[in-house]
Amino acid sequence: MRLLRNYVPQLTLLPSLILVAITVYGFIALTMVLSLTRSKMLPRFDRWEGFSNYLKVWNHPRWEVALENFAIFGILYIGGTLLIGLVLAIFLDQRIRIEGSLRTIYLYPMALSFIVTGVAWQWIMSPDLGLERAFHIWGWESFRFDWIKQSDLAIYCVVIAGVWQASGFVMALFLAALRGVNQEILSAARMDGASGPSIYWHIIIPALRPAFLTAIVVQGHLAIKSYDLVVALTRGGPGFSTELPSTFMYEFTFSRNEMALGASSAVMMLVLVMVLIVPYLYSELRNER
Amino acid sequence: MSVEVTNPRSGRAIANRIMVYTFLLLAAALFLMPLAAMVFTSLKSMPEITGAVGFENNTILTPPRAPTLEAWSTAWSSACIAVACDGLRVYFWNSIVMVVFAVTLSVGLGAVNGYILAKWRFRGDNIIFGMLLFGCFIPFQIVLIPMARLLGILDMAGTLSGLIFVHMCYGIPFTTLFFRNFYVTIPDELIKAGRIDGAGFWSIFLLILVPVSWPIFVVSIIWQFTNVWNDFLFGASFAGADARPLMVALNNLVNTSTGTKAYNVDMAGAMIAALPTILVYVVGGRYFVRGLTSGAVKG
Repeated sequence: MRLLRNYVPQLTLLPSLILVAITVYGFIALTMVLSLTRSKMLPRFDRWEGFSNYLKVWNHPRWEVALENFAIFGILYIGGTLLIGLVLAIFLDQRIRIEGSLRTIYLYPMALSFIVTGVAWQWIMSPDLGLERAFHIWGWESFRFDWIKQSDLAIYCVVIAGVWQASGFVMALFLAALRGVNQEILSAARMDGASGPSIYWHIIIPALRPAFLTAIVVQGHLAIKSYDLVVALTRGGPGFSTELPSTFMYEFTFSRNEMALGASSAVMMLVLVMVLIVPYLYSELRNER
Repeated sequence: MSVEVTNPRSGRAIANRIMVYTFLLLAAALFLMPLAAMVFTSLKSMPEITGAVGFENNTILTPPRAPTLEAWSTAWSSACIAVACDGLRVYFWNSIVMVVFAVTLSVGLGAVNGYILAKWRFRGDNIIFGMLLFGCFIPFQIVLIPMARLLGILDMAGTLSGLIFVHMCYGIPFTTLFFRNFYVTIPDELIKAGRIDGAGFWSIFLLILVPVSWPIFVVSIIWQFTNVWNDFLFGASFAGADARPLMVALNNLVNTSTGTKAYNVDMAGAMIAALPTILVYVVGGRYFVRGLTSGAVKG
């Protein structure tokens, strides 16, 4: 009994640990095993396929489109949110009187679900009744904005909606970092006669390096996972022109009964995330000691 | 910290100020535009939306001329989703039940876990923390297939309790992270004093720590509430017809409706789905931001 009481903390932690061990690590392992089998509608472990599932996914035309879209979306989404977030943060940091309300406005999309965002932007970008028509009525007759109906441009609609949703978050990260820049270095620079823009370029923005890193990691990881936004905005279409790895995985696993291929694509998504996250977590945890 | 470019009274400084404010206000208008389009559309009748006779010059950004709540009431109680025409209300309550249980369970467990990892150090606790932290970052696609099987084995396939279980499992890493990082900042002397007074494991937690940790409770509750309420992937993968959460129903309403698209009903539905989290954001904005910047981010 005494012995048991000494281990109360560990024993209390145990249920959560078991849950996470099974539902995170166990499930990752299971999905990896499944990706090597010939499972279709149901998991089966009696027929092994080896790594050829990965080759099948890799050579699938839809996966090619998914990866290409992921590259376009990932780069523009991360770049767009970083740029807009940084500019908004710097401008907001100029002793703006209504800073509080402006911050609230820039950040509210982050509280919405991607489904709501997708539904709203689908409506705004619909050419027949949305923005395109609005511009026509306002007098710009030749204005064209029907990207959502064009297979080579629809992915940029996903980028626009995503950037709208997440820029405020990056702004909040940068604003917090700006407030933490060492004041003494700044006044020293000013004494040396450095001008405003050059102070930003040479001192402040380099000092934001950790915030940049954080923003890139968080946004990159969101980009890999994003699924809801595409489903609500374009349903992966027109055709499968806005396919992403996440929609590929869902489609093959649940709609086409190609479970092994779905599992292989999920493993590849995990690898993408790991490449991004593991070095970051490692450096974060090491710095903490 | 801002950088003074020139003498604040000079003409150039004033021009600079005007430029900064113009830019910021323009940006604010762009950020608000989709919300305005949603609200306006949800309050219009269909002729007003399609620009029928009498409404030729209406755009998505024209405020409603004859505001009506008809679309809201249709979306709430009579819009057709798949085969049922009972509106979103059933799914709204599904989401409420799901959120209440999932948030309570994951925040409760996270609080205890965080307390242990911060204040009852033992061999390997950092490794355990690191392993939990990893759970925050996995793409959930990697767990979908096994989880579907597990829910089947536990006889929870397609049910609301199954969905609550899933959200609890994948919420624990986040809530543990929040509480652990909060409790690390609370001085150990407080715990030691409690132990000298004879307090045990649970009484230290409940009587000493919980009363001072309301800020982190608020942060975690808001974080979990928004994540669970806004989730689509788990709901779409695991919920049966009776257990569908609101986001899945909204997507079905908007993307599978047959016949003429009722944009006003779609937008009213989207607003109904968005209002709870907007409300939480407006009321608890500070804590929302804290959760975003500390939780999504670092240990």
